[in-house]
Amino acid sequence: MKIGVVTFPGSLDDVDAVRAVRLAGGEALSLWHGDPDLHGVDAVILPGGFSYGDYLRCGAISRFAPVMTEVIAAAERGLPVLGICNGFQILCESHLLPGALIRNDHRTFVCRDQRLRIENNRTPWTSSYAVNAEVTIVLKNGEGGFIADGPTLERLEGEGRVVARYLEVNPNGSLHDIAGISNERGNVVGLMPHPEHAVEGLTGAGTDGLAFFTGLAALGAVAPSAVAQA
Amino acid sequence: MTASHRPPKGTTVARYVVDVMPKREILDPQGKAVLGALPRLGFEGVSDVRQGKRFEIEVDGDADEARLDDVRRMAETLLANPVIEDFTVTAEEADA
Repeated sequence: MKIGVVTFPGSLDDVDAVRAVRLAGGEALSLWHGDPDLHGVDAVILPGGFSYGDYLRCGAISRFAPVMTEVIAAAERGLPVLGICNGFQILCESHLLPGALIRNDHRTFVCRDQRLRIENNRTPWTSSYAVNAEVTIVLKNGEGGFIADGPTLERLEGEGRVVARYLEVNPNGSLHDIAGISNERGNVVGLMPHPEHAVEGLTGAGTDGLAFFTGLAALGAVAPSAVAQA
Repeated sequence: MTASHRPPKGTTVARYVVDVMPKREILDPQGKAVLGALPRLGFEGVSDVRQGKRFEIEVDGDADEARLDDVRRMAETLLANPVIEDFTVTAEEADA
C-alpha cells in the first residue's frame, strides 16, 4: 500500500503525514502540487498548512493545482483520499466534499488536545477504530468552522457521513460539532484535527491518531478491494 | 504596471467589478470584529457590519455581454465560493 502525500507551496504537515504513514507500517511517497501524476499511489493525503498563503480562501487556489486534477479524477473513481485541516478545506473547495470551512466563530486560532468521537469506521481511513471510539487528537486551525446548508447537514447525518465529532468543547463553531465528514462513497474523508500529530508518545497527547494510517497500511497492496467495498 | 499582459496602444480596456459577500445566513466573524470595534472608537448606532471582497478585473476590448459572462464564470469558478458567498458582476469603462 503506497500512500502519496501532496506538498503544496505553504504545506506544513506534509512531512509529519509521511512520517505517520511510515510509523503505521505503510509506504509513503511525496507528491508535488505542480506534477499532474499520482505515480501509482493507492491513496492520497492532502496535508495541513497554509497552501498558497490561504490567499482568496483557504484551499481555493490549491484546488486548481495540476496534481488536483488527477486527485479529483481518481477520488471519483474510488481512490482513498484524506484531507487534513487545509486538506479538508481543499476537498470542500474541490467539491469532493460538501459544505465549507469558515473562520472560527471566536475569531482566534485554536490549538488544543481535542476529544473526538469516531462515529463512522466504514471508511478506509477509520476502519481501525471501533465505532464511537473516543480519542484525543490535536486540533489547530484558524478557519475550521464547518458549515453547510440544512438539507446537506441532514443528508450527512442521515447517511452516517459524519466521520468524527467534537466532544466536550466545540472549538471553532462547526455546525453539529462536526470535525470530519466523508463523501457518499466513503473513500474521501476530510478532517479538521491532525491525526498525524498524534502518532508518537514522545510528542503530543498520545498515539490516538495512528489508527487513521494503519487501516490502509493493513490492507497491504490491495487498494482495489478497498475501492470495491466503498 | 506589473500585469503580465499589456494591451497594444489604443486598445480599449473594460473594467469589471466583482463584489463578493458572505451569504446573509453565514456567520461573518470578520464583520463582527469590525462591528465590535466601531463603538469603541466612538461611532454610535452601527447595527451591523459585513465584510466582503472586491475584485477589479481588466479585460481587453469594450464591455459586452460575452465578456461579462466570462467574468461571471471567473467569479463562480474561483473568486467566490457559492456555498458560502454571493457575488455581483458589473462592468465599467476604464481608461486604455
